[in-house]
Amino acid sequence: MNTSPAAGSGEAVSANTLDLQALGLRDVNRTLHGACAKAATGGNETHWSVTNPMGQHAIACGLDQELNVEIRGHVGFYCAGMNQHAEVTVHGHAGVGVAENMMSGTVRIKGNASQSAGATGHGGLLVIEGDASSRCGISMKGIDIVVGGSVGHMSGFMAQIGHLVICGDAGEALGDSIYEAKLYVRGSVESLGADCIEKPMTEAHLATLADLLQRAGMDIDPGEFRRYGSARQLYHFDIDKASAY
Amino acid sequence: MCGIVGLYLKNEALFGQLGALFKPMLVSMTSRGPDSAGVAIYRDPVGDGETKFSLAHDDLSHDWALLATALGEALHARARVTQRDTTALLVTDADESAVRRWLIDEAPGVRLVGSGHSVEIYKETGLPEDVYRRFDLEGAQGRHMIGHTRMATESAVTTAGSHPFATGADLCLVHNGSLSNHNRLREELKRRGVTFGSENDSEVAAAYLTWKLRNGVPLAQALEHALQDLDGFFTFCVGTADGFAVLRDPIACKHAVLAETDDWVAMATEYRAIATLPGSEGARIWEPKPATVYSWGAGGLDVGSVDVPPVTVRPATERAAAGGVH
Repeated sequence: MNTSPAAGSGEAVSANTLDLQALGLRDVNRTLHGACAKAATGGNETHWSVTNPMGQHAIACGLDQELNVEIRGHVGFYCAGMNQHAEVTVHGHAGVGVAENMMSGTVRIKGNASQSAGATGHGGLLVIEGDASSRCGISMKGIDIVVGGSVGHMSGFMAQIGHLVICGDAGEALGDSIYEAKLYVRGSVESLGADCIEKPMTEAHLATLADLLQRAGMDIDPGEFRRYGSARQLYHFDIDKASAY
Repeated sequence: MCGIVGLYLKNEALFGQLGALFKPMLVSMTSRGPDSAGVAIYRDPVGDGETKFSLAHDDLSHDWALLATALGEALHARARVTQRDTTALLVTDADESAVRRWLIDEAPGVRLVGSGHSVEIYKETGLPEDVYRRFDLEGAQGRHMIGHTRMATESAVTTAGSHPFATGADLCLVHNGSLSNHNRLREELKRRGVTFGSENDSEVAAAYLTWKLRNGVPLAQALEHALQDLDGFFTFCVGTADGFAVLRDPIACKHAVLAETDDWVAMATEYRAIATLPGSEGARIWEPKPATVYSWGAGGLDVGSVDVPPVTVRPATERAAAGGVH
């Protein structure tokens, strides 16, 4: 265990600080997984800080208990992938596929995220306080994603279930081939993808959106958003049989 | 896979550390490209009327001094040569095209890798760290370098198939991705008199740019044309006499990240290649947009100085919808 000060952080460093540059990725992930195993049997070492992430890939992947992990710096690809229950915060930017296939818990990126953020996620909340690049929420299957800034092209591609909230603008082909995920955009949409259309915003939608914004810590009026979703012309969906799906 | 990296130093105080700063960038991309590596470094410009040629030969004991003497006598020119491993730098005041012809006719086995006033291109098969050491680049001084680590997909693992590829005087290209129309494009370019040294798809992209530039198209426009004529995935980094340019295809699924501080501008396939640079944590970091040309030290791009905003072209899908030829 290394207690060197966290890069770019003025906060005090707890005893549970892992210097990734000194320990290496595998040691850091092994320690976090060990903490999960202990937490499952009542252990109380649940707060961890990772310093000097140096853009390495797959940091804090596969956590499955209510750990609280703060990563102080920029991370590489697939950070916090497959997350269950844990709360992972990146105090920096994130590379490709952050929170990929997340199941539950919360992943928060204080900076920007690269491509395919939250890809195939089944649950939980992914908050990107800055911008996300292309294919944000691709094939999302129940995850909720709130982006404080804008998203790149092909975001929400084949999105199946869940919510993608975009507080800025959306790039080309938003929601291409979308299934039943709900997309909320506050700014402009460069273009809509195949079978994605604007839909009316009901009180129920406004309430859901307000809850998501509140949980993400975004102080924005839900009334400023427009809703987009599937025209249901591209896949074999029959609204009259919705309960059977 | 493949990894590409570029570093442009804005702060002259760092020029002496260029090779040392660049080394961990290139080496960090070994996992993306362990079979070959190469760099282009811009340094030690030659005098007016002189050209610097980067030449390579598979035989380490090739007699470069003899080649320089023979070339000088044949072309009635001065010629000097220095060897670094499998590569030699030939500096001569002979006519550039006459040297090319002479090398083809009189120096079989010698590959002309690049030429210009300041560019030097070093590339070999092997691990990036080993390639870097063989060419003694750690102590290299200068303003900018670009580099490539290769995981071959479209052609054999050979030195000739390694990057960078020259695209003209002081110009070269590194590529991450794969082109799907390179065979047809290679045949078209051959019919127009362009010659090739490998079966590599990236060499076709370099040859395409060479051909455009030779026909008077400025680099920024040549890159825009490449968006239309090259089919496939690419992130390009193009080294110029004054800096480098970055371009991604309209789909942009080959990774790229740019970072800038008051001291430097860097590009890489992955951020971890940039993480070792001083001040990287506080750098402005962003992902280059699809189908958009970014450039620094842009004299070679004919678009002005470092402060000029990037030349933006519309994505191919939009152009197709508009039915126009750009």
